[in-house]
Amino acid sequence: MTGLADIVARHRRRRAGAAAGGDIIQRIALLLAVLLAAAAILTPLIAPFDPLDQSLISRLRPPAGFDRASPGHLFGTDELGRDVLSRALYGMRLTLTLAFVGALIGLCLGGTLGVIAGLRRGWLEDAIMALVDMQIAIPFTLVALLVLAVLGSNVTVLVLVLGVAGWEQYARIVRAEVRRLTGQPFIEAARAAGAGTVYIARRHLLPNVVSPLVVQFTLALSNIVILESTLSFLGLGVQPPQPSLGSMVGLGRDYMPTAPWIVLAPAALIVTLTFTVQILGDWLRDRADVRLQER
Amino acid sequence: MTDYLLRVVIKMAVTLFAIVTVTFVATRLSGNPIDTFLGEGLTDEGRDALIAYFQLDRSIWHQYVAYLRGVVSGEFGLSFIERRPVTQVVAARLWPSAQLLLASIGLTAAVSIPLGVLAALYRKSWIGSAVMVVAFSGYAVPNFVLAVVMILTFSYWLNWLPVVGNGTALHFIMPTIAMSGVLIAALTRFTRNAMLDVLGQDFIRTARAKGLPELAVVMRHGLGNAGVTVISVIGLQIASLAAAGSVVVETIFSWPGIGQLLVTAAIMRDYPVLQFGVIAVAVAVVLINAITDVAYALVDPRIRLARS
Repeated sequence: MTGLADIVARHRRRRAGAAAGGDIIQRIALLLAVLLAAAAILTPLIAPFDPLDQSLISRLRPPAGFDRASPGHLFGTDELGRDVLSRALYGMRLTLTLAFVGALIGLCLGGTLGVIAGLRRGWLEDAIMALVDMQIAIPFTLVALLVLAVLGSNVTVLVLVLGVAGWEQYARIVRAEVRRLTGQPFIEAARAAGAGTVYIARRHLLPNVVSPLVVQFTLALSNIVILESTLSFLGLGVQPPQPSLGSMVGLGRDYMPTAPWIVLAPAALIVTLTFTVQILGDWLRDRADVRLQER
Repeated sequence: MTDYLLRVVIKMAVTLFAIVTVTFVATRLSGNPIDTFLGEGLTDEGRDALIAYFQLDRSIWHQYVAYLRGVVSGEFGLSFIERRPVTQVVAARLWPSAQLLLASIGLTAAVSIPLGVLAALYRKSWIGSAVMVVAFSGYAVPNFVLAVVMILTFSYWLNWLPVVGNGTALHFIMPTIAMSGVLIAALTRFTRNAMLDVLGQDFIRTARAKGLPELAVVMRHGLGNAGVTVISVIGLQIASLAAAGSVVVETIFSWPGIGQLLVTAAIMRDYPVLQFGVIAVAVAVVLINAITDVAYALVDPRIRLARS
């Protein structure tokens, strides 16, 4: 229950911010996002070494600039002499791919169920919303543990698990939007003119839910990056020798006292990723809709 | 109120039933669980004996009903590794987990509520922005990164704090902070928004107009009303977040709780333990949610009246 004056003031601020292309933090985040995305796409070209190449004579070498540093290995090497920078880059590429595909799966699943729940009242809506409530009530990390332990961890299983992780947010948003919109005169007019349900969903509802969905997609990306890293950190996500940011931190833990760079490089990259994506998500949310701002 | 209680109980029962079903389906996803969990090295007779024992030759519906019957009578089977009832295995881990959970929720409340109030009061100045940046960071930094950086700094570099175990008060510091990062982020945001909602209302203006000191307005009328929402958030959202966090944090710090047990069970494929552990944690979360719902309705009559 924010006052009208608040909303107006915020709206003005939002306008000002949007016109200036966001404040300095948001611009930095945008720049970082472009850099990280480019690094992920171009990884095979820019990574200095093969991420799986072992070299037992140059094991556990510190990053450039320290004593005993091995030439070429900017961020040092790990316990098998593999290049930490190259592994971190390939790890980020894999993490981002998994996050994108996972978020898309969540979007399709949650979006479809949300539209159904919003258009069809009655038992179907109740059933879908009960599923949403359940998904919120059950700590999803635990279900993920169970499924990954049973099915064994491979990329397909992992990406499906990540996709199911956030579907309920999309479903809630879409259902709320659809319910709000279907009460409006233009939908009624379309229906009176003989438009079918699918036509209305595609032509009138979809364009209106795009912007909240884009915002949710961005925020979900950062959550999925964290979930994937966590599972890989625990040894239940991406399996060695394939590098992922989470598993690099998990496996590097044993060498922390003597070789902290093995852990610090991927950890820093994870935090940079999540910060960047979240700042962009918040920015998009501010720009997309006044009503969503306070959440 | 009876109506409301009834609805809470039904919702709880449906959720619990769903959890039990999900764990059943999850363990049958890969077909024959014997193959998944025992792997190679089993003689044909041994395999047949196990299949007969677990009734895996019967239809899936028969297995499901048998499983439900076991759940109702408290039979969850034996741990593959420890060779004793999983209920005992999990029960032994309960207290350490509860200790860590309570410490984290205590720390979260002690930090988040003042921060959230500050952020609401000084919304337009740098104080408000600074608080929100801190809260924001909690969302962006995964708890295992926070834990690893703390271990590097305070254990290996400064040599102040122990890494593994739960023997002394010092052992609580890092795990509690690692658990609380995300929780503080969530609760600070909620406290701020709840305070903003309340502070914008007419009775706050009345309280100010009748000459109450600002502190009394904020604490008694503001936080007094926002507090109900804040406590319900602790019950509804924080419980679930904390359950997920304990899995990671307990593993890192070798904390002998349920979270660590679950990860070990997942890696060792000790599926009776995993199955029961997931059910136990989910039941705890659902119970906390239900208690919060009821407590909320008791304190605030608008809730139970509005929903009926």
